Amino acid sequence: MIIEWSVKALVIILTLTAGFAYTTLYERKLLARMQVRIGPNRAGPAGLLQPIADAVKLIFKEELIPAKADRFIFILAPIITVIPALIITAVVPWGRSITLFGREIPLYLADVNVGVLYIMAITSISVYGITLAGWSSNNKYATLGGVRATAQMISYELALGFAMIAPVMMASSMRMIDIVEGQKTMWYAVLQPVAFVIYFAASLAEINRAPFDMPEAEQELVAGYHTEYSSMKFATFFMAEYIKMIAIAMIGSSLFLGGYLGPFVDQVPILGPIYLAIKVVAWLFVTIWIRATLPRIRYDRLMQLGWKVLFPVALLNVLVTAIVVVLIG
Amino acid sequence: MLADWTYIGIFILVALFVPAIAITFAAILSPRVPGTLKQSAYECGMESVGKSWIQYKSQYYIFALVFLVFDVEIVFLYPFAIAYNQLTLFAVLEVILFLLILVAGLVYIWRKGELEWA
Repeated sequence: MIIEWSVKALVIILTLTAGFAYTTLYERKLLARMQVRIGPNRAGPAGLLQPIADAVKLIFKEELIPAKADRFIFILAPIITVIPALIITAVVPWGRSITLFGREIPLYLADVNVGVLYIMAITSISVYGITLAGWSSNNKYATLGGVRATAQMISYELALGFAMIAPVMMASSMRMIDIVEGQKTMWYAVLQPVAFVIYFAASLAEINRAPFDMPEAEQELVAGYHTEYSSMKFATFFMAEYIKMIAIAMIGSSLFLGGYLGPFVDQVPILGPIYLAIKVVAWLFVTIWIRATLPRIRYDRLMQLGWKVLFPVALLNVLVTAIVVVLIG
Repeated sequence: MLADWTYIGIFILVALFVPAIAITFAAILSPRVPGTLKQSAYECGMESVGKSWIQYKSQYYIFALVFLVFDVEIVFLYPFAIAYNQLTLFAVLEVILFLLILVAGLVYIWRKGELEWA
């Protein structure tokens, strides 16, 4: 049993790592096309080996640790940032179960009955890595970037938490599988459009993506909390950001877009992961599209949007959902 | 149920290897030529003045406090979200009252002007 689950964990982690590598390429290619360029096309056919070239380059770069930095926390911070990004996907179901070598193998890692709460808890941990990275660098840009990132992430976490209550209310369960199976007739994105939009916006802020990428506002903060990081430690932050993108897309697809459900998934359960992958790629496309379209918003506007628009609307949405469902039954 | 948490534990252990392997490989393979200029704090080429661990706006702290209150209340809403359609009307109204107290807190902070980023 233990071996089966270790293999499964390894498969998920390798998929995520490979997914990360190709998301960077996907983003660069898409952004290039949207800006009427071609994008990376030298390494391998159509630039497909570009992520490997990047990795090799980053491994052979010198690692600098500022003399005044807090060495222990400086090294610990990227690790604390990347671990939550990886383990958040443990509760996302990839499909029902398939029969392989005469054994039934469920296509999910863990089926915990507090899945959504687990996601909330792990998301909160990733704030620590960024705060500690900013603080331990002993650099003014990094400190300011870290503090800003923290304030932004905790502000949008509230809206995110309220938006994630909506599908839980619809499914009357916090198990991710129940939530996905509850969308057999209709996606929750259709039944809960407000929660879906708030989830999308708040998740962009939570993973510090454009137009909410304040912590990395180049014009004012150089590179924010990872100004002093170089080589593989920088790559680890980069990895955390992109894996978080994938994780948020996976969770969002499961909560609102029917996760692994799709035509013929009842007969052929192996289609489940394929449908999930298609939804994730589409979600990432929209994320990158937004980056190419919208300019970064100002920090005070960002905080106001979070506290004065998204948070009250999400709260109202929970109230209205509760009343409507109780009245209709 | 307990088994599922064991699987998550295994997953965390496997996940630990990703940054560990990456950073170890880089530590072995990368060159190491330290220097005082290289290791000084990056400030766009200027020499850094004063301490970096400075005081910053106290409003960050206020936002953190407000967040703490509301985040705990969100966690209280999760059990309600599961069971609310099995509850009596009275219990549902009570939770709505709880939500309205939350709203009152938000209105208070809003009127105080603490949400204004100045």
